[in-house]
This record gives sequence, C-alpha cells and structure tokens, in this order.
Amino acid sequence: MSASPRVVVVGASAAGLATVEALRRKGHAGAVTVVGAEPYGPYDRPPLSKQVLAGAWPPERTRLRTPEVLDGLGAEWVLGDPATALDPLSRTVATASGRAVVGDAVVVATGARPRTLPGQERLKGVHVLRTLDDAAALRADLLDGARSGRGRLVVVGEGVLGAEAAATARGLGLDTTLVGPQRVPMEAQLGPLVGGLLADLHRTEGVRLRLGTAVAGIADSGSGRVRGVLLDTGEELPADTVLVAVGARPETDWLEGSGLEVSDGLVCDAHCRAAEGVYAVGDVARWHHEGLGRSLRLENRTNAVEQAGAVAGAVLGDERPYAPVPYLWTDQFGAKIQIHGLPSASAEAEVVEGAPGDGRFVVRFRRGNRTEGVLGWNMPKQARQWRREVSDAFAPPPPVPGSPVAG
Amino acid sequence: MKITVDEDKCCGAGQCALIAPEVFDQRDEDGVVVLLDAAPGEEHHGAVRESAQVCPAAAITVDEDA
Repeated sequence: MSASPRVVVVGASAAGLATVEALRRKGHAGAVTVVGAEPYGPYDRPPLSKQVLAGAWPPERTRLRTPEVLDGLGAEWVLGDPATALDPLSRTVATASGRAVVGDAVVVATGARPRTLPGQERLKGVHVLRTLDDAAALRADLLDGARSGRGRLVVVGEGVLGAEAAATARGLGLDTTLVGPQRVPMEAQLGPLVGGLLADLHRTEGVRLRLGTAVAGIADSGSGRVRGVLLDTGEELPADTVLVAVGARPETDWLEGSGLEVSDGLVCDAHCRAAEGVYAVGDVARWHHEGLGRSLRLENRTNAVEQAGAVAGAVLGDERPYAPVPYLWTDQFGAKIQIHGLPSASAEAEVVEGAPGDGRFVVRFRRGNRTEGVLGWNMPKQARQWRREVSDAFAPPPPVPGSPVAG
Repeated sequence: MKITVDEDKCCGAGQCALIAPEVFDQRDEDGVVVLLDAAPGEEHHGAVRESAQVCPAAAITVDEDA
C-alpha cells in the first residue's frame, strides 16, 4: 500500500467519525472520503432513547462535532447517499446516486438496522428507535397521545433499548408496558440477579411488566393505526403507540454479491480486516477476538470508537490484534449502570461491593476463576477499579517467541 | 491547550481516567468526570486528545490554541 493511502469510510456515524479522527491522530495525511446514508453529520445515538426522547436535549445536542472541528479533519463527506455495492478487488464503493468512490482502503462502518415485526411498517403508531428521525417521530406520537388521552405505550423487547425507552416514556407520564419473552429485563445479558433488580426498579416506577411472554404480532385498528400488541397467549395488550425494540441486524445487505463473508456481521480477522484493504468497524463488524478465542460483534458506543482506533492502525500498517474489554452503560430511572466485560445469564453473579438495598453496588460475574464481567449500579468508579480482573480474561495470549506474527 | 468538560453530558465511562489519569478522574458518587488539570503540560497532550476523541459522550472539548 502507498505511504498515504486513500481511505473510503462507509458510514458517517460514531464509528465512521472515530475512524477518520484516529487516522488523522496517527498521522495519516492522505485523502479520506466518508459516505453516509443519513443526511446528517455524525451524531450520538445513546441519548436518543434517553435525553432526546425525554425532551431534555434538543436533537442538535447529539451532534458529535462542531462544523469547524469536522472541517479541520480535512475529509470529504458524502451524506444522504447510501452505499449500494462494494467491489473488494478494486475497492470501489457504489452509491445510490450513482457515485463510484475508489480507495486504497475501504472501512465498512454501516452499523445495524432495527429488526421489525411482520406488518409493522404499514401501521401508524408503531415505531423503531435507531435514528434521530425515529426518535423525533416516537416523541411526537407520545406527546400527542399524552395530550389526547391516548397515552398507552407498549414497548416490545426487554433488552437494553426497550428497557431504557420504557423508563424514559414512564418519566414522561405515559402508561407504559414492557413486554418480552425473558423473565426479567436484560436477563440474557445480565443474568437473573441484576435483571431481577431492574424488574423491581421498573415496577416501583410504575412500568407494567408483561414478561415471560412472546409477542405474536401487532393488532390493526382497521383504520391503519395500531390497536394493540398480540401475545402468544392469545391476549391483546391495548396500545396507542408501540415501540418495537427487538434487536438489530448488521447493515450488510449492500455487500451482497461482493464475495465478502457475511455471518451476522461482516466477518473479519483479529485485525478487523475482511479482505485485503477492506476493514469493518462498529456494530457491523464481526471480528476474531484473540483474548476470547472466538468471533465477537458488539453493538455499543464505546466499541465503535475503540475499534475505529484499531482499524485506523491496521490501515496504516499496525499489526496489533484488536482485543478490547467490552464496555456498555445504561441509564434507567435513577440507576446508572456500567458494564465491563461480557456478563451472561450463566455466569456466577456475586455482589462484591455495596448493597442492592442501598441502590449502589458492584456485581462480579465469574466462570470458574475467570472474571468475565463486572457491573456497577450507581458505582462507576468502583466498577472501573474491578475492571482489572476482567482485563486478564480478555487479554490475548502472549506471542510464542520465535513464531511468525499471525496475519 | 485548554480543556473543558461537560459534566451534564458525561456518562461516567471513565475512558478518560484510564487514558490520561493525570488529567482526568471520576467523582466517587456518580462517576462524573473530574478535571484535574485544565491546562496540562505538553507531555499529556497526546493522551488528552485521545481522551476527547474516544469519550463516548463527547463530553470533553480541547481548545488547542488556548
């Protein structure tokens, strides 16, 4: 590769921006083009389900950089023009408007799109929450409903997004029900101990929980608007507004026919490389985590930025593998929860500092003598101190002396 | 270099305190960033720039000219 490769970044969100910034920070002076599907410059998604949905922040406040700072990066931004195809051999990105953008390196940062329920697109009052426009539409519907006495919200999906949005909507005074197949919110991710405390928190704050129940579909009022949510028990939960938060799938449709391997994400090696000169970063990237010895795809804000640093390094010839300790946070009602590593429902969870009764504690998740994760509940600094134990579990094995560097 | 932090935006991730512990700390009670040195010496500038760029809440602003 030339000393100053032309880099094309596909995706203008947090991961795309962070890639450009990391390239410049590492001294790359060559041409950089960013292609983005949305018409907006880089903005922050975590506040959408919290501050923006609550109305505490105007949407503009999610903008990640001022125009001056963006200008200072010296990149070309092609916005509102989704990529439609990638030829990995010539590293050419085709866009919806007919552009062909060629680079020496292409960084795929196209994120993920929300999963939906069959037929939901046809019905008014049914939402997903991923973009600024989604947040504005949902907020408008909730405010409208609250004003006109049609303020019943059903949130389908008890994962992190559904739980956060339910908490925010309840804070706006809406009659809010959270429904999903797990017994407690975020159970698969955080296990029964923490999930149970989240369930208590939501109940105390007035969220109705209908958990342990799968959703069969959305009921139509007959006039093109949602009437309720159908459960697989045959019951119908009446709803004026529905938020479907049942996860996301990586945005890889546009890579069909590229020859690149897609399997719940664009498949990459330990250096986030999908093919010679093609890399992936953020929600879309499935890469080999050498510390875990398996592939991983993370949908979180911190990974978008950390992985961007690794990808920028790889583009410029740094051969260190990307093996981070994952980090996620969520705010629900008064609880600020910080998660280092990868807790799971099957790990052994133990409160190691503070006490749930006091609303401040740290939980350690272990399997055998490996600490797979730590979670702080209103104890972020202490949780960060416990993170050291987690780092050991995620560190890649040291290279064997004399062996060739894995490529 | 002059650093400002937006406590209201801070999500308490502590990335900054990991990268530049001489410049950033976290409050014990809620993890919100504490700016230890708003005008650090040049030896910290690289770590400060990195902290600002990786901050998941975009809560750190660096004025290079100040």
